[in-house]
Amino acid sequence: MPQLFPKKANTLPLLSLGASLLGGVLLVFLVWYYFSPEFKVVGYQPDQPVPYSHQIHVDKLGMDCQYCHTNVANSKHANVPATETCMTCHSQVKENSPKLQAVRESWANKEPIEWTKVNHLPDYAHFSHAAHVNKGVGCETCHGRIDQMGAEGVYQAEPLSMGWCLDCHRQPEKYLRPNDEITTMGYTQPANFVERNLDRIRNRGIQPPTNCSACHY
Amino acid sequence: METSKKLPADPSAPAPSPSGDGAPSRLVKGNLSFHDITEMVSRHAEKKAPLAWYVAFSVALSGTMLLLGLLAYVVWNGIGVWGNNQPVGWGWPIVNFVFWVGIGHAGTLISAILFLFRQHWRTAINRAAEAMTLFAVMCALIWPTFHVGRVWAIYWTLPIPNQMAMWPQFKSPLLWDVFAVSSYFLVSLVFWYVGLVPDLATLRDRAKNFWRQRILAFFSLGWTGSNRHWRNYEKAYLLLAGLATPLVLSVHSVVSFDFAVSVIPGWHTTIFPPYFVAGAIFSGFAMVVTLMVITREIYDLKNVITLDHLEKMNIIILVTGTIVGFAYITEFFMAWYSGVQYEQYAFINRAFGPYAWAYWIMMTCNLVTPQLFWFKTLRRSIPVMFVLSIFVNIGMWFERFVITITSLHRDFLPSSWGYFTATWVDIGTFVGSFGLFFTLFLLFLRFVPMVAMAEVKGVMPQADPHYHEHGGNGHAEGDGEPYIKPAEPALAEAHRGNGAEDTEAPST
Repeated sequence: MPQLFPKKANTLPLLSLGASLLGGVLLVFLVWYYFSPEFKVVGYQPDQPVPYSHQIHVDKLGMDCQYCHTNVANSKHANVPATETCMTCHSQVKENSPKLQAVRESWANKEPIEWTKVNHLPDYAHFSHAAHVNKGVGCETCHGRIDQMGAEGVYQAEPLSMGWCLDCHRQPEKYLRPNDEITTMGYTQPANFVERNLDRIRNRGIQPPTNCSACHY
Repeated sequence: METSKKLPADPSAPAPSPSGDGAPSRLVKGNLSFHDITEMVSRHAEKKAPLAWYVAFSVALSGTMLLLGLLAYVVWNGIGVWGNNQPVGWGWPIVNFVFWVGIGHAGTLISAILFLFRQHWRTAINRAAEAMTLFAVMCALIWPTFHVGRVWAIYWTLPIPNQMAMWPQFKSPLLWDVFAVSSYFLVSLVFWYVGLVPDLATLRDRAKNFWRQRILAFFSLGWTGSNRHWRNYEKAYLLLAGLATPLVLSVHSVVSFDFAVSVIPGWHTTIFPPYFVAGAIFSGFAMVVTLMVITREIYDLKNVITLDHLEKMNIIILVTGTIVGFAYITEFFMAWYSGVQYEQYAFINRAFGPYAWAYWIMMTCNLVTPQLFWFKTLRRSIPVMFVLSIFVNIGMWFERFVITITSLHRDFLPSSWGYFTATWVDIGTFVGSFGLFFTLFLLFLRFVPMVAMAEVKGVMPQADPHYHEHGGNGHAEGDGEPYIKPAEPALAEAHRGNGAEDTEAPST
């Protein structure tokens, strides 16, 4: 019997082969880019119960990170300050501001403010602020320019993905800074910082682990 | 359609004496012609399905629904609704995975290894066995996929470049599994499809409906049965058979590494790969026998899938069952000979511990009952082989249960001892996986030629170039009518050179 399809149908297998190869490459690219935390979570800026502005407190008033986040250098967690910390100043300053209504209510009712966590690591990844801060990782390196984040709230500046962690764990000399510059915002590295950091890494025995159970245990 | 011709269906009916060259036993009984074969097989994909099909399909579809519902339940609640917990972290999901992958071994063994060994009897059963393989591997893949818990992250098992610098652990046999099973599935699928092309073309040429014809034409890739098509086809089929052969052996070896690579008493043995492969072939052939015994009955294929075919499969079941039984005994010897206290305990605990009931079910079904096939009358008895083949698969499921559960339930420290019990979700998902398997298999029986017609014709005496029927006219037997009406002379002239030939040409 004669063929049911015209002769040009013979190109279909070749076309579909080419299309599936291209489609495969495209699919890998789509997963590589669109499934990444860099695409999905960078810029995450949830609503907060209080329109707290880091810009005013850090940039304008010059407060140090550790005034509020007191335990960053000796705990896994860089604690969110208690209402009492806010009230040390705000019982004197702007004590009637409507923006601080939630803080005063928390103070009166002895109920903590329920802040929304911004920089979230999954439960299966363990992270210690103390281990990083004491070895020369600046706040800014992971959290970005907090001092420029205003009343809209803090947003996530970096992907916090495993690949992003490993960038630094594999080459810490490109990211470390002196211990007295940890909380500095907008820090610029000097010209010879790589050599300086390599010296520090050698002398202080800094060996960031890259095995699975360093973080996943 | 010329269905009026009565097809001889009973193999016990005295078949006319085989052709003059004194062939000892014909693979196809009943003195059928090529056209009869086409009719016998194609008509089931063309006419309405028998009532038994509808009954079976509705039962199977309910099972599939049960499976889908329970898998949604598992995803929603987490895999804790299965019985897996410490110390038995691998419960039924892994047992079922190995069970289904094992069943999925017969198809490609029949189609690839028996092809390379020129075992002509494979032609009657290879199509259905390969389909069974594909469906069994699909059922198998359900278990690890859902056992990971976070199904939506299952693509993490594949080495896809990503910004998370996250790669699968290449040192883990679980990852080898992903590659072994998926490449086995793909090669089996391609092999099955390539074998289907000539038969799909036959169905296409018989199709009356416009769309049916177009769809079949699409899938038969413009097959005309020309000499050149056959030459390319045979070459491709041979190459694929060569490619599939090592996979038959590698897949279950890799599955056995899931156990053998870990350092658990009862798992950490070098005998695992060959012993698992033998067990897989054993269970796969048993499943083929179970399915074929029913299929040949319902679809009137007793002349094509004859008792001789079933007997040959039963011999393979006997051989592989004996290998498996020998492996069980060897394991005990090795445990004793190793002198390792934990290894010895693991095996004594298997046979006489809290799971002794499972162990002895396994021993009975896998080692004892298949030995009945030593008797020729028993291995040629349909009821006996049907029951025994089901026993084999019960035994093989329990083999995986025994291996997985007994080695895990008593850890090195008595504080980590426990007794695993399955939950209703375990039972429901397992029953449901049979529903999915039979749903797919019944769809296959309904829409795809269930016997490789072209290949069966190739092993019939008529395909022999020297075939000459006694007292015949030199033509293949038929109903006296030419199979394909000769074209009008003018039309034939127009199509000359198109290579359009009779698709029912034998595949020699």
